[in-house]
Amino acid sequence: MKFLEADLIKVDVVVESAEEAIQEAGNLLLNANLIEKDYVDAMINSYRKNGAYFVLAPQIAIPHARPEDGVNEASVSFVKLKEPINFGNEMNDPVQLVFGLGASNSDEHLALLRKLTTLLNNSNNVDVLRNAKGYEDIKKLF
Amino acid sequence: MIKVLTVCGLGQGTSLILKMNVEQVLGEKGIQADVEHTDVSSASSMQADYIITSKELAESLQDHSAKVFIVNNYFDMDEINKAIDENMVG
Repeated sequence: MKFLEADLIKVDVVVESAEEAIQEAGNLLLNANLIEKDYVDAMINSYRKNGAYFVLAPQIAIPHARPEDGVNEASVSFVKLKEPINFGNEMNDPVQLVFGLGASNSDEHLALLRKLTTLLNNSNNVDVLRNAKGYEDIKKLF
Repeated sequence: MIKVLTVCGLGQGTSLILKMNVEQVLGEKGIQADVEHTDVSSASSMQADYIITSKELAESLQDHSAKVFIVNNYFDMDEINKAIDENMVG
């Protein structure tokens, strides 16, 4: 299980579209060998097919796909966009905080989502993430 | 036992997060319920008393026999609390 470790975090990322933002979050997991490239493509395809329902709170998106799309290890990455961008979610746009979720079938998946939910249920933590300049600021949250 | 479905596009991540927070709120209220998470296409053929989902997906579940209601911010316990009060209690 890999949760927001130093190499899974990137801040002030410049993107021109929601798909690019998903790609960035997916690439962090891909570069750490936690998922396969097919999984990144599946994240983007799911967005095209099912829409932006995964923008599940103001400014927060959690793009993901299915375990069978190519996950090596349950994992979460984090991309903070330099400028917020619209994903097409009427209530929660624009998005600035993108958490790439490598969804596995294991018990670790549940543990990982519990960690992420605990983190984001606290709006003070969301403020810290929004203002984070790098990993040093974020690791204080755990 | 009351049956609640939390629903998202794939049934993997988002609906599980909502399930955790819904279970917590129901627990605090002392409401006994069986909460299950699933994807939007499976949900249409599942029996339930209530379905909780996002605005985006609620539209495709309109024909379901369950009462469908919306949560916009899955991390806002106050909103989840209020939605449950308005739709499930009394």
